[in-house]
Amino acid sequence: MSPGLAGFLMSDIVLEIKTLTRRFGAFTAVDALTLSVNAGEVFGLLGSNGAGKTTTIKMLTTLLPPSSGEARVAGFSITNQAVEVRRAIGYVPQAISVDGSLTGYENLLIFAKLYDLPHSEQQARIREALEFMGLTVDGGRLVGEYSGGMVRRLEIAQSTLHRPRVLFLDEPTVGLDPIARDAVWKHLIDLRTNYGTTLFFTTHYLEEAQSYCDRIAIMHMGKLDALGTCKELEASLGGSGHTLNDVFVQYAGSALDSGGNFRDVGAERATAQRLG
Amino acid sequence: MHPLTGFVEKTFVITEFELRKLRHDFTELVTRALQPALWLLIFGQVFSRSGAMHTGNIPYLDFIAPGILAQSVLFVAIFYGINVIWERDLGIVQKFLASPTPRAALVLGKGFSAGIRTLSQAVVVYGLSLLLGVKLNWSPLALLNVLVVVVLAATLFSTFSLIIACIVKTRERFMGVGQVLTMPLFFASNAIYPTAIMPGWLKIVSHLNPLTYVVDALRTFMLADSTSSFGLSRDYAVILATTAILVFIGARLYPRLAS
Repeated sequence: MSPGLAGFLMSDIVLEIKTLTRRFGAFTAVDALTLSVNAGEVFGLLGSNGAGKTTTIKMLTTLLPPSSGEARVAGFSITNQAVEVRRAIGYVPQAISVDGSLTGYENLLIFAKLYDLPHSEQQARIREALEFMGLTVDGGRLVGEYSGGMVRRLEIAQSTLHRPRVLFLDEPTVGLDPIARDAVWKHLIDLRTNYGTTLFFTTHYLEEAQSYCDRIAIMHMGKLDALGTCKELEASLGGSGHTLNDVFVQYAGSALDSGGNFRDVGAERATAQRLG
Repeated sequence: MHPLTGFVEKTFVITEFELRKLRHDFTELVTRALQPALWLLIFGQVFSRSGAMHTGNIPYLDFIAPGILAQSVLFVAIFYGINVIWERDLGIVQKFLASPTPRAALVLGKGFSAGIRTLSQAVVVYGLSLLLGVKLNWSPLALLNVLVVVVLAATLFSTFSLIIACIVKTRERFMGVGQVLTMPLFFASNAIYPTAIMPGWLKIVSHLNPLTYVVDALRTFMLADSTSSFGLSRDYAVILATTAILVFIGARLYPRLAS
C-alpha cells in the first residue's frame, strides 16, 4: 500500500484551519474560514475572482500573516512556527516561479541547497525529479526556452524536491492547453500516489475539480459556502442531474463584477500569455 | 545546523545562482563601461585643464578616478532593486519566501552578487586610469582592498535599492525614486571635488553620506600617494555598519513583496 493511501485511510489531518481571517483595511478578504484537509487528499478550492482563494493560500504558506484565527500545517502553527511550516510545504504560485535565465537543472539545484537536502543525495533527487516530471532531456536547457507545460512541470519538480507533506498550487493549469493540462495533472496525481503528498489547489476550471479532487470547497466573498465531495455538492442542490457548474453558480453566484482587481487580472493574463 | 552557519551558507547559495545568470548576459557589462569612460575622458579631462579644483598635491584626474569608480558602483547598484520587482511580478520572490531560507540571507545574497557584478567597473576604471596616466598603487594588498571596498559598496547601495523596491513595489515608481536619489548621493560626496571646498551645510550632508567613506577608502587604496581623510578604519566601520543596518531593514521589508 502506498504511504499516501495509508495516510488517507488513517485520516491524518494535515491541514487544520480555524476561523482564519484576513482583512485589508475595511475589506475582509477571508472571513472566518474553518476547514480541515486529510493527509494524501486532493483538495480543490473554488470561487470566483476575489473570493479569497489566493489570500487563503498566502496565509497557509506563511507569506501573509492572518488578521485573526489560526491554521496548522503538518502540525505546525502558521503564526508561531513559520519556518517549520515552510520546511513541510511546497508552493507553486500562480505566476511563473522558476528563473528563465537558469537551466532547469540549476533551478532545481538552488532549491535542493536552500532546503538543506543532504549533499550526497542532491544529484540523485534532482535526476529523479526531472525524470518524474518528464524533463530529463531538457534539464540542461535554459528555462527561458521551455514551453508553458514544461515550465509548470519544472515548478512542480522544484517545489516537491524536498518531499513536502502538503503542496499548495495556485491555479496550476492557468494558460495551458488541454494536453499540457492533462500532463500536469497526471504528474500531480502521481505525486500523491507515490509520495502521499497532499495537494491543496485553487482553480477556475470546474472540470479539473470534478476529475481530480477528493473534496471541493467553494468560497464566496471570503466565506466558505460549500464543502464536500463533488457528488455531495451536486446532491446538495436537491433533485437530480445537477452538474458541478450548477453548484458553482448556486454558491459562488454569477458574481461577474464582484471581485478581482486590476493587478490580479493583469497578472493572470500575463501568466497565461507567458505560458501559452 | 547552527543558525549562523545556515545563514552564511544560504547567502552564498543565493549569490552563486545570481551570478550564474550573468553567464547569459554580457551586453550589460559592456554598456555599463560607457558611463565611467565619459566621466573620466570628458569631464575629468576638461576640469583638470581648467585647474579650477584645488585637490592638493594630487592632479585632478588622479583625484576623480577613484570617485568615478565609486560613482559607477553607485549607479549600477542603485537600480539593482528593479530585479526584485521583476521577480515579484513573476512568482519567484514568493517562492523563495515560502522556502525556509532566512530573509536576511535572501537580501544579503543578492547584495553580494550585485557587488561581484560591479567588479567589472573596477576593471574599466583601472584601464582608463592607465590610459590617462593616473599614478596607481599596484601593491597586491591595495588591489585586494579596492576589490573588497567595491564589493561592499555595491552590497550597501544595492541593499538600499532593494529596500526602496520593497516599499514602492512598482517599476515606474522605482525608476522615479532611483533617479531622484542617485544625483544627490553623488553630488553630496567627495567623488568629484574635495569636501574642503563645500559650503558648510553640504559638508555636513556629505559626512552623513556613506558614499563619501567609500570614495575616501578607494582613493587611499587606489592612488600611489594619497592619505585617507577620515582614517581607513573609520571608512570600513561606516561601510560595514551601514550595510548591516540596511540588510536588517531589508530582511524585515522583503516579505512585503509577497503580499
